[in-house]
Amino acid sequence: MTDLLWILISAMLVNNFTLMLFLGLCPFMGVSSRVGTALRMGGANIFVLTITSLVASFLNAYILPWAPYLRLISFIVVIASLVQIVETVIKKVSPKLFRELGIFLPLITTNCAILGLAIFQTNKGYDALEGLFYAVGGGLGLTLALVLMASIREQTELVSVPAMARGMGLVLILAGSLSLAFMGFAGLFSS
Amino acid sequence: MSDRMLPMANTDVSGSDAEPVATGGPDGTSAIRLVGTLAVAGALAGLAIVLVFQWTNPQIEAYRAEVLANAVTEVLAGADRYETVFVEEGTLTAAPAADTADLDRVYVGFGAGDLPVGVAIQGGEPGFQDVISLIFGFDPASGTLTGMKVLEHKETPGLGDKIERDSAFIRAFEGARSPLLGVKQARASGAAQEVVMITGATISSRAIVDIINHRLAELEGPVREYWSSLDRQSPGGSR
Amino acid sequence: MSPRTTTPQEVFLRGVWRENPVLIQLLGLCPALAVTNTVANSLAMGLATFFVLLGSSILVSLFKDLIPKEVRISAYILIIATFVTIADLVLNAVVPEIHKALGAFIALIVVNCMILGRQEAFASKQPLGRAVLDAMGTGVGFIIALLLMGTLREVLGYGSFLGIALFGPGFEPWIIMILPAGGFFALGFILLGFGWWTERKAQQPKGRRWMNEVTDAAAPPSGEAS
Repeated sequence: MTDLLWILISAMLVNNFTLMLFLGLCPFMGVSSRVGTALRMGGANIFVLTITSLVASFLNAYILPWAPYLRLISFIVVIASLVQIVETVIKKVSPKLFRELGIFLPLITTNCAILGLAIFQTNKGYDALEGLFYAVGGGLGLTLALVLMASIREQTELVSVPAMARGMGLVLILAGSLSLAFMGFAGLFSS
Repeated sequence: MSDRMLPMANTDVSGSDAEPVATGGPDGTSAIRLVGTLAVAGALAGLAIVLVFQWTNPQIEAYRAEVLANAVTEVLAGADRYETVFVEEGTLTAAPAADTADLDRVYVGFGAGDLPVGVAIQGGEPGFQDVISLIFGFDPASGTLTGMKVLEHKETPGLGDKIERDSAFIRAFEGARSPLLGVKQARASGAAQEVVMITGATISSRAIVDIINHRLAELEGPVREYWSSLDRQSPGGSR
Repeated sequence: MSPRTTTPQEVFLRGVWRENPVLIQLLGLCPALAVTNTVANSLAMGLATFFVLLGSSILVSLFKDLIPKEVRISAYILIIATFVTIADLVLNAVVPEIHKALGAFIALIVVNCMILGRQEAFASKQPLGRAVLDAMGTGVGFIIALLLMGTLREVLGYGSFLGIALFGPGFEPWIIMILPAGGFFALGFILLGFGWWTERKAQQPKGRRWMNEVTDAAAPPSGEAS
């Protein structure tokens, strides 16, 4: 059980998907200006990450041992179809949710975080349960990073930023500072 | 998949050169044609990958074997070759019944006169930042280690990565007696079990000691058993 | 948006500087930040991406008439994924150490927004020659951006360039630059530099022609049709 907890906390804090592993940077740069949007994007990501993790475990266990070199292609095809299916299902089941989340789902497909999760999970040799904890932890970490960045950016809109730093320059410096801060989580589980 | 799949952070990529030279396919394309195109594309893609795989796989496998062989000879002084022995239900066997991909394994090194010189064991556990992966050599006859090599780690550069760069630390594992004891400072008596932790990388160093101790706790018994059976078989007699 | 014929040189150079995928458009940041801690890794990643971009642009441009537009994104992704798998296998066989250093990020070239973006915006609508030029220009721009960051990070973080030590043993490396935070900082400072440059240009009516390009790039590029 402690192993699973370590996997979750490690993915969420110590090796944060966005701030340490550089996954999910497209939404991080583009969608992190409002806390509400950031939360919704994060939520959508956690959802897709969890499903992807399960599917990846399944593929790794049963289909891919015959053709390991087709791993990348099958992952990306599955992820793309998955997002399409999820989008259709949400549209049918809850139009309200679709209106709030819908625009993000297509952005998620080419989001490095989803494919990155599938690949990292495979490389670490996680089974289905470990992969699930990894995905949830990673998703929570991504959401955390997004929300932190959004709250900081909301604040920066109220102050005067030097002209040369406006836009992405500032966001990147902020991200670097957040990344440094998250380094403090290392060693969380050691005796 | 829809048009909205294009991910853009905050720029519009499709702005320039918008006049198309030719559009793709007739309007209202039949489902057969859609599926057919993808199927053909998929088949060609698969074929290309398989060909490249056949061409590159031998080299990839050779490199992997070489890295392992180098690691084993590095931690087992005097080993020229090694044999992989699998752990099946608590005992070591060179020819297991089950699928070897799932089994734990150790590497028995053979040296001069084709005599066994030791057993190399891999292990990995979370260190400070992420999992540290290492291989160490163990001599079952004397119960001491013959060497340790860090294979992979993500420890902090300049601090935790000293586990790879501090040669005094690495050499301390040669001749160390199991179970290891990590200490902050070398004591004058210097028991054979003690390994001095690296200042500024205490957690990483301790993780290494823990990995080795845990693996030996798990495998020392079966290894000794297998070792004594080897001795009886070796042509040159027991060591 | 007045149409203007773009010459082949412009098609090529546009990707290199004015619309540099990493520095101006901020695409493909995942690899740009993750593997640029040494110049060797940056070069390898840049070349691998260049190969994938060129290969897929060629195929997409060649087959643009055969691919029905309803499934074009899937087809592009399939093509890109194939090239990435090939690049991955070849790198593993030829330079296994670098392959290990780049790790999973080679596979992540597939979701590099830059590549899919070029197929959709350009290669699928242009004849082979221009598609190739555009791919090469964007690829070169990507390599330049990565090398810039890699140099910054390796020189400051290791005190070396391509593994060759530059400063004496007394040099205290700026470890931050090779940590993940350093990736963010490096690109951030480069963008800060661009921002400063643009500001200065905006305040001086007479700028040099090369400054103009940066300013133009900071504003949305006007549409050009061939």
